[in-house]
Amino acid sequence: MNINVKSEGNKKWIELDGRLDTTAAPQLGEVIEKELQEPVKELVIDMEKCAYVASSGLRVILQAQKSINRVQGSMVVKNVNETVMEVFEMTGFSDILTIE
Amino acid sequence: MKQITQQLKLPAELDNLDRVIGFLETKLEQCDCPMKVVTQICVSVEEIFVNIANYAYPDHMGECLLELTLAGEDDAYNKMVLCIHDSGKQFDPLKKEDPDITLSAEERQIGGLGIWMVKQSMDQVEYRYENEKNILTLTKTW
Repeated sequence: MNINVKSEGNKKWIELDGRLDTTAAPQLGEVIEKELQEPVKELVIDMEKCAYVASSGLRVILQAQKSINRVQGSMVVKNVNETVMEVFEMTGFSDILTIE
Repeated sequence: MKQITQQLKLPAELDNLDRVIGFLETKLEQCDCPMKVVTQICVSVEEIFVNIANYAYPDHMGECLLELTLAGEDDAYNKMVLCIHDSGKQFDPLKKEDPDITLSAEERQIGGLGIWMVKQSMDQVEYRYENEKNILTLTKTW
């Protein structure tokens, strides 16, 4: 998976390109952990180019949500496709996450 | 009624996940399985294969066998039955308690979602232990 990060002030965009599977999940976890070492108030995860999420990927997204909650920031997951949305719904993630 | 069965046998290692997914995608797409269903099946099998790779063989290298059967009527396939075998330690993943999916992010446990996703995505999931093998059978129609 390719992960692109853009920053502007205390806002960060993380674009996922590829499958968020068991191999890619730790990679994303490391990127998010590194990015959140800086003061971040708003985190955007753009999933336009990600059509596949395994439970390991969900765990990383949940961890990101918890980390951002801890610093009273907000996280938005954007451009979620239909199949990924179903995964979010069946796992209750659609209630936890802010999905736009 | 038509039916084809294909097998893939490989060492149960995380490095082989791509081969497992590649095998499924190729076979399912050849049978015109809808993309959404292909993804549901791949997500489910990934969860199971990763579990086997991580836990089935704690002290030696073992194998995993996937036996994929596609069935259908005259002009189209519409059913998949996939048996996943391993000869590691006896483990019934279906006995795992379902996660509470109504909890908030803070209360959520990191984990337990994999097998839940499998149960939700497939029409039927069955486990049996036979001849010292764990056999998990996934069934999905479309």
